[in-house]
Amino acid sequence: MATIVAEGTGQAILEEHHPQTFLRKYMFSTDHKIIAIQFLIYTLFFLMIGGFLAIMMRYQIAWPDQTLPGGGILPESMVASGYMLPEFYNSLVTMHGSIMVFLAIMPMLVGVYANYLIPLQIGADDMAFPRLNMMSFWLMVPAGLLTLASFFVVGGAASSGWTLYAPLSARPDLSGVELGQIYWLLALVLIGLSSILGSVNYITTVINMRAPGMTWFRMPLTVWALFITAILGLLAMPVLSAAGIMLLFDQTIGTTFFLPEGGGQPLLWQHLFWFFGHPEVYILILPAMGFTSEIIAAGSRKPVFGYHAMVWAIISIAFLGFVVWGHHMFQSGMNPMLGLSFTISTLLIAVPSAIKTFNWMGTMWRGNLHFHTAMLFAVGFVAMFAIGGLSGIFMASTPVDIYIHDTYFIVAHIHYVLFGGSLFALFGAIYYWFPKMFGRMMNEKLGKVHFWLTLIFFNLVFFPMHGVGMAGMMRRIYDSSGYAHLQGIQDTNALITFAALGLYASGFLFAFNFFWSMKKGKKAEANPWNATTLEWQTPSPPMHGNWAETPVVYHGPHEFSHPDVEDKDWLAQNERPDVVSPAGGGH
Amino acid sequence: MDWSLPLNLSTQGVVIDRLFWIIAVLTGVAFILVEAGIIWFSIKYRRRDGQKAHYTHGSKKAEIIWTAVPAVILAVLGIYSGGVWADIRGASALPQDALTFNVVAKQFEWNITYPGSDGRIDTADDFVVRNQFHFPANEPVIVRLESEDVIHSFFVPELRVKQDAVPGMTIPIWFEATGTGEYQIACAELCGLGHYSMDAQVVIHDRADFDAWSAGQAAGN
Repeated sequence: MATIVAEGTGQAILEEHHPQTFLRKYMFSTDHKIIAIQFLIYTLFFLMIGGFLAIMMRYQIAWPDQTLPGGGILPESMVASGYMLPEFYNSLVTMHGSIMVFLAIMPMLVGVYANYLIPLQIGADDMAFPRLNMMSFWLMVPAGLLTLASFFVVGGAASSGWTLYAPLSARPDLSGVELGQIYWLLALVLIGLSSILGSVNYITTVINMRAPGMTWFRMPLTVWALFITAILGLLAMPVLSAAGIMLLFDQTIGTTFFLPEGGGQPLLWQHLFWFFGHPEVYILILPAMGFTSEIIAAGSRKPVFGYHAMVWAIISIAFLGFVVWGHHMFQSGMNPMLGLSFTISTLLIAVPSAIKTFNWMGTMWRGNLHFHTAMLFAVGFVAMFAIGGLSGIFMASTPVDIYIHDTYFIVAHIHYVLFGGSLFALFGAIYYWFPKMFGRMMNEKLGKVHFWLTLIFFNLVFFPMHGVGMAGMMRRIYDSSGYAHLQGIQDTNALITFAALGLYASGFLFAFNFFWSMKKGKKAEANPWNATTLEWQTPSPPMHGNWAETPVVYHGPHEFSHPDVEDKDWLAQNERPDVVSPAGGGH
Repeated sequence: MDWSLPLNLSTQGVVIDRLFWIIAVLTGVAFILVEAGIIWFSIKYRRRDGQKAHYTHGSKKAEIIWTAVPAVILAVLGIYSGGVWADIRGASALPQDALTFNVVAKQFEWNITYPGSDGRIDTADDFVVRNQFHFPANEPVIVRLESEDVIHSFFVPELRVKQDAVPGMTIPIWFEATGTGEYQIACAELCGLGHYSMDAQVVIHDRADFDAWSAGQAAGN
């Protein structure tokens, strides 16, 4: 990690005053930039684990009658005489979703980029509460260890789906899983606490620590998105944590919050889970929308089209996100009369998503598009997110949902949003901000190959799942060969599995590029993309404390191709047009 | 795979399928417009020496149009969906005096209570058959769903019916088959290690056959 050492006078001066040990500097650091990098390594590791679980699952789905290659090295409780056991398959389903949502995508969007970008983009020297920030990372470490350990305890890992529907999740006698479920619930409580601490920090930092001149409507859209996301997290995560503790009590000390035999209600779990769960979906997409807006503006050399509309769209998505949870429960036994109101609120929330899509296209319109890897992934995000948004309309329509609920149509939809959406934007963000984080560029040729492979394999995996869902294939089934109506889609399932292997393999190309570039990449300038926001106006990587002197902000975040600026096509937030090009003054 | 919905055999399926294809056409058009727009812009405005981007912060008119058009389309779709939903699941949609079955799910089987020769459920001549659901075509039937242990979901693809069975609740649903034949109930909600194999046989008879089958079962008990 030696490459992280900042160069620049500010760092040298600070180091004279505070000599730091390796442990203090890289392990128990309170510097938001180091914490962000810790989160990045952590989440990339869990992304790899989560993906691997999916590959094992796909193998079983495609070839249920064959032995799992290499399955011999796994314990008998997972793979017996070469064949994957259904209880292990259920653990794979559950932990793939849980790990991807809670240990990979969410902390990568928020833990990495809220941490890294908020202080740098608003011109602050660090977070408002640096020690709290360190704690929010270190709470994730035991959470991750508990999660990994849960696979190897008696009974295996949690197996009731990432949604943990009670009573299955609360009754070890019915699920066969006791310790694994407890481990995961404890991990979830730690994750919730980490996320709440993070949210408090991000909100406080944005409200209190903006540089002079950084008014609300001069904030980059990334900061807006991360700020609103932090508010969503602060309101939603306590609900999940409380529900998780109730579930833990049901399982361990005999309460019956969710068990009908003691007067409890299984649907109460679903209401609590989805009251968290739907805002969670927006926690997983709003930051991605923020990154995309920044990258597309810089890549198109144009201001974001409809900046104010973009801000209001983020705010309305966040607000509406709290009143749509019932659309996960149309077939749950909830009073059907609630269906109409949740249909309307769900269709309403599609409107701000559509506004954002059109504004990204508006930003590209009549631009001068630089297709570096980050831009490719950002445009890929818009193209894939659009598919995920449109497929959501099917299930928002209650009668259609009767048929497609709990089928692969839903699996296709959620992956177009969370992979085609969140993860594409995250890949874009990694390529885009890597030079700032590590002071070196990632390799563009490898990056472009990675993009095209990801785009092609991603669509080969998830587009056919719409058809598999239309054919009526249920989610989370270990073996579909017993169903007459699923006989015709087995070839498609095999094709999907081949493509999934390709998709996973292309991830290693990315991993190679990432770690190789960290050591050997071309040295990065302060502003390799000629971008306008503040993080690019300080060295790469920035020194401890971020700024040689506190920046002053004069205008909005994306002043590309300003007509008054003659010799370059960008104007940084801390540059005044009359100073850059005195001849063209008058602003 | 042929990108179609499976054979439909219920009156509700007709309207559900119609709504599915209406949405498929609407979203299909939006899909083509958005993806074509992205590809077109990507090619037309790609970087060129000397090309200067057009400096603009947006357009109120464009914002109003692309807010209002989707909002109106989605509102109409929502109201239409609400109407169809009320016909299927609304409080008054449940048919009066229809033949009624109790379906009780448990890990990993479906137990069906039949109304017996008097045609009425919850009477002395009711009988139970495990993992076999026989019922008559061309008349509405009611299924009262219950679960003994965890949440299951009653799914018959050809009838376009899916409803969770929740422990502690009795949930009535109805449907009307438009043809006869043998199909399957599948469990659509993860319910434990046997979830994938929690199926049951569905046999749809014409009314005379059903009565004969039912009488035979009752005699056998």
